[in-house]
Amino acid sequence: MFTELSSKFDKIFNKLRGYARLSESNIKEALKEVKVALLEADVNYKVVKDFISSIEQKSLGQETFKGVKPGQLLIKLVYDELVELLGKENKPLRFSGTEPTVFMLTGLQGSGKTTTCGKIAKFYEKKGKRPLLVAADIYRPAAIEQLKILGKNLKIPTFSQDAKPLKICREAFEHAKQNGFDLVIIDTAGRLHIDEALMKELAEIKSELKPQEVLLVVDGMTGQDAVNIAASFEQKVGIDGVILTKMDGDTRGGAALSIRAVSGKPIKFIGVGEKTDALELFYPERIASRILGMGDVVSLVEKAQESIKIEEAEKLEKKLKGERFTLEDFYDQLQQIKRMGPLESVLGMVPGMGKFKGMEMDEKALTKVEAIICSMTKKEKVSPNIIDGSRRKRIASGSGTSIQDVNKVLKQFAMMEKMVKNFQKMDLKKISKMFSLVNYSQ
Amino acid sequence: MAFFSRLKSGLAKTKANFLDKIASTVGIHKKIDEELLSQLEKTLLEADLGVTATEKILNGLKERVKKEKIEASDKIIGLLKEEIGKLLDSSGTTSTTVGTAKLRVIMIVGVNGNGKTTSIGKLANYYKEQGRKVLLAACDTFRAAAIEQLEIWAKRAGAEIVKNQPKADPAAVAFDAIKSAVSQNIDVVIVDTAGRLQTKVNLMEELKKIKKVMGKALPGAPHEILLVIDSTTGQNALSQVERFSQAVEITGIILTKLDGTAKGGIIIPIVSELKIPIKYVGIGEKIEDLEVFEPREFVEALFE
Repeated sequence: MFTELSSKFDKIFNKLRGYARLSESNIKEALKEVKVALLEADVNYKVVKDFISSIEQKSLGQETFKGVKPGQLLIKLVYDELVELLGKENKPLRFSGTEPTVFMLTGLQGSGKTTTCGKIAKFYEKKGKRPLLVAADIYRPAAIEQLKILGKNLKIPTFSQDAKPLKICREAFEHAKQNGFDLVIIDTAGRLHIDEALMKELAEIKSELKPQEVLLVVDGMTGQDAVNIAASFEQKVGIDGVILTKMDGDTRGGAALSIRAVSGKPIKFIGVGEKTDALELFYPERIASRILGMGDVVSLVEKAQESIKIEEAEKLEKKLKGERFTLEDFYDQLQQIKRMGPLESVLGMVPGMGKFKGMEMDEKALTKVEAIICSMTKKEKVSPNIIDGSRRKRIASGSGTSIQDVNKVLKQFAMMEKMVKNFQKMDLKKISKMFSLVNYSQ
Repeated sequence: MAFFSRLKSGLAKTKANFLDKIASTVGIHKKIDEELLSQLEKTLLEADLGVTATEKILNGLKERVKKEKIEASDKIIGLLKEEIGKLLDSSGTTSTTVGTAKLRVIMIVGVNGNGKTTSIGKLANYYKEQGRKVLLAACDTFRAAAIEQLEIWAKRAGAEIVKNQPKADPAAVAFDAIKSAVSQNIDVVIVDTAGRLQTKVNLMEELKKIKKVMGKALPGAPHEILLVIDSTTGQNALSQVERFSQAVEITGIILTKLDGTAKGGIIIPIVSELKIPIKYVGIGEKIEDLEVFEPREFVEALFE
């Protein structure tokens, strides 16, 4: 996510490194490139124009401080502006006090509403809610079936009926009230925002059910039209927030920047994968630092806290402190990383990772590494230096890989081992200092 | 001319937006000046043409204005039409190998949610109307209810379908479909695949495998590989075309959802920079809302 955009920014800011201070001409040059980068990322034309002129004004009066390079100063200006543009903070979704809470998901065809319904249901179920999925898309072939299957896989009940959408929603709400569901998530049919009849249908459902949140689901790869879509849904139905989907590809995600700026509606979640837990809360500050390639340490730590068990962490800490790091530990670590979610989104949070342009993560490659380690004997895992040619051959055929693959894993492990040794020598203060260097906003 | 009038009505919204802006710009400015050109730049960028294609068009425009000493601003639409037409033509040929094979296998690929299954339904109908026997292969075994969705379209179009259980190996389904098509004397096989983001390495590998297995079932298959692109997509469409082309050879593009307000301007850089022809456009939700793409008429319809 955003890697393309961040590598562009990186190049632009690097160019400024040579200058002693920000002058009108070098700022103009850099901002022109920022403009092109934003346009190529599908940020709306008007938004780009305002963005640039705002930075231009702010930068002109800026004195460079001792020790602060012009590139860094501009990064800070762009960062602040991005945070402003993205809406500063993430406000949680609203819940009803007494009656079941209703979320209604709307959007164009193919934006990912049905999948997102499932993800949201799971997200809040984890937080102790009892969600009910409502299939109100009676138009698209097999849409109801899709939600039912999704619900079945997630073990979350789905409500469907052979009726008009409004009636389905009404009955679903009653059903929820009587059966102790406290969160009703409505999947509406995809529609073009210029389809008056279908937009009216949405407005009717909204006025009858009074949902706590009407959420617009927008494909993260949407171009300049994103602002028109958001504006029409706001005008004809009225929306409370936006969910951006398919943000796990190489989209530069400009829609995220322009929708908030033009419609004033906050982005609540982003979808980052096909798995049902691939949904993240949208934090403007964190996203801004990801765009600028500064990583997102806060999210990374949170993710780790969510998915790494305390005992495992303690075990690892012990290892890191003194004991030897073996291939078995390497294997355990892979399992932990895998639990944290899609590899790409995890790596996107690591500071500096944005610079590896075109780096592709193949989850299958991880499976290969796992298979190779599993094909080793216990002795080999503890002391990998005994793995000679014939052992390598055996491991390769045992894991269905090639000797080259085995060599690669052993090499990677050797590097890991070295890193761990360095880590043992390092003190923790130094590490936290390293991270704070990355956070330019302070 | 069916394509022209249908496209025109389908494009009504697209066009209105696009043209209104240019027309009002031209109305204000009597002469072709910097201000007018910067307004044009804005209009083109907002139509998703992207920075490179926009610059190319504007530079071409400026050059001609200078060379032919054009001053009046009302000439600008004609010039613009020609410049865009040039870019859409620059792919050279838009027709790909028709081939002499009796059985024609068409593979449909693309990212999630861009209208693959719907386009297949329409395409099946298109071939049925030409009197061909059509068989659909339900190789999207991943997404929930994708097989059911394709079945409904098969029924609507009156096409055969070959399917398997959800999570079945898509390559195996494709193989069975082609074998069954050969024995049933089918004319056209259309293969649906699961939507996938172009950056997912393993899923792109899977696509290569499906293609390879098809070739084993019938030498020369697939004869056509069509990439479906949603016209609301921005510059990411270029990455989609590039990456899918690297994985499997894309022979053409189906541009969907052109009946919205998105201008689909992204096809201009796709055709001019990546040289992949647009084959069909989708302009509605009904089964007959698919048209063969004609570049010149597309530009005309955009400005008519």
